[in-house]
Amino acid sequence: MAKYSTNEFKAGLKIMMDQDPCAIIENEFIKPGKGQAFSRVRIRNLKTGRVIERTFKSGESVEGADVIDMEMQYLYNDGEFWHFMVPDTFEQYQADSNAVADAVKWLKDQDICTMILWNDAPLSVTPPNFVELAIAETDPGLKGDTSGGGGKPATLETGAVVRVPLFVQIGEMIRVDTRTGEYVSRVKE
Amino acid sequence: MVEDWKPACDLKQMRLRAQMLKSIRGFFEQKSVLEVETPLLCAATGTDPQLDFFSSFYHCAPENKAMYLQTSPEFAMKRLLAAGSGSIFQICKAFRNGEVGRLHNPEFSILEWYRVDFTLDQLMDEVLELIAELLGTGLKDSHKVSYVDVFKEATGLNPLVFCQTSYAEYAVNNNIKDAVSLCGNDHSMWLDFIFSYKVQPTLERHFVAMVYGYPAIQSSLARINPDDSAVADRFEVFIKGLEIGNGFFELSDANEQEKRFDQENQCRQQKGLVIVQKDEKFLQALHAGLPDCSGIAIGLDRLLMVLSNAQSLNDVIAFPFERA
Repeated sequence: MAKYSTNEFKAGLKIMMDQDPCAIIENEFIKPGKGQAFSRVRIRNLKTGRVIERTFKSGESVEGADVIDMEMQYLYNDGEFWHFMVPDTFEQYQADSNAVADAVKWLKDQDICTMILWNDAPLSVTPPNFVELAIAETDPGLKGDTSGGGGKPATLETGAVVRVPLFVQIGEMIRVDTRTGEYVSRVKE
Repeated sequence: MVEDWKPACDLKQMRLRAQMLKSIRGFFEQKSVLEVETPLLCAATGTDPQLDFFSSFYHCAPENKAMYLQTSPEFAMKRLLAAGSGSIFQICKAFRNGEVGRLHNPEFSILEWYRVDFTLDQLMDEVLELIAELLGTGLKDSHKVSYVDVFKEATGLNPLVFCQTSYAEYAVNNNIKDAVSLCGNDHSMWLDFIFSYKVQPTLERHFVAMVYGYPAIQSSLARINPDDSAVADRFEVFIKGLEIGNGFFELSDANEQEKRFDQENQCRQQKGLVIVQKDEKFLQALHAGLPDCSGIAIGLDRLLMVLSNAQSLNDVIAFPFERA
């Protein structure tokens, strides 16, 4: 893998740090007028999600990480692995529960997700920003209440629990923002 | 889509800059300090291993010689001083290779001035006077503190006495453990690291902070203090914690200057950097005699940045590096 000098550091660059693949969030060039130059870098560990701060001597090099983002279609779960496919090539990948992590509660077959691959193996999965899922379980609401005030918990077909307005009923499809876990609207079929 | 042809900064910043330059010229005119110009394109450059310069070539057969964009107008201005110019100031561009960031642009504006027969303290006062003038509202909060005191206060460490174990212990306990492997047994690098991360942020509480008496190992082009050889007659100006300028009681001893050039070239060699030809014209000027003087260089882009509460140099430079 290529090496990157601190001069090439910028947000989004993927590098290896403490044996883990990481993404640079921010790089600040620090240099006293008459002194040593440093790069002060905020880095996200792509495995753990943790953000750390590190300092390099300006001009120092670090190894790049073979990390790429790829759009993939979610296919199915076999009980142990979650299977995805690259739509253009039909190439398939299986992700374990570490890689799928919290995305699991939004995964619906055929949805297009973003997969991060490290050395061609799934590292993490990001669901689409908006998903459309059916309500599996919720208390019956009051007819005629369209205010949306208050709301009630609803369990979706994937197991996710979101707050929905009182008028939403079992079996209906709703649109949810996966970044916030919030209900957006009902979906007319 | 960013439109790269457009200025990066607000048009208002250009008017503020013009106003600032006018005020600076007025300030020095009032004090009878002469405005001068010296070459940006020079036959020689500095040896400082921490400064990377831009090299260029002059082509006119049969002549083909290396020329350098100045990293500061210091050597040329000292040649004027040695020739009897009296107190002088200059507003010019300086160039430093490889320095790009929120607070760095490889081409930047410098205000540099020299006051004949001024002590360092007098020069510090004049800097405060200039800042007050530029603010227009007077200066309420300024603070002068020695490097040793501010360093000790912020860290408990003595910057003049290098103890690798206690420096390393401090770094590990204060969330800068990368310093341990980066700085090793390099005292000066340790000081740069700790000062940048732990001391400088404590200066943010003062509008202007002047830190004087830098350790002798960071004397740069300043004279070593005649009463205390552990410190140099050098100060730095910080506005809201941002480094704005560097002032010296100027080193006038030609032999000492040449020795520093040689040491810096040695350091360059160790780091695998190119060896720089010593600026002989500058050394000759020192041999001829530099009058006792104090001088300072101030980064005008940064000054404009703090005076207008901007967050980045890109907010005050029309065409910064990415759009140059």
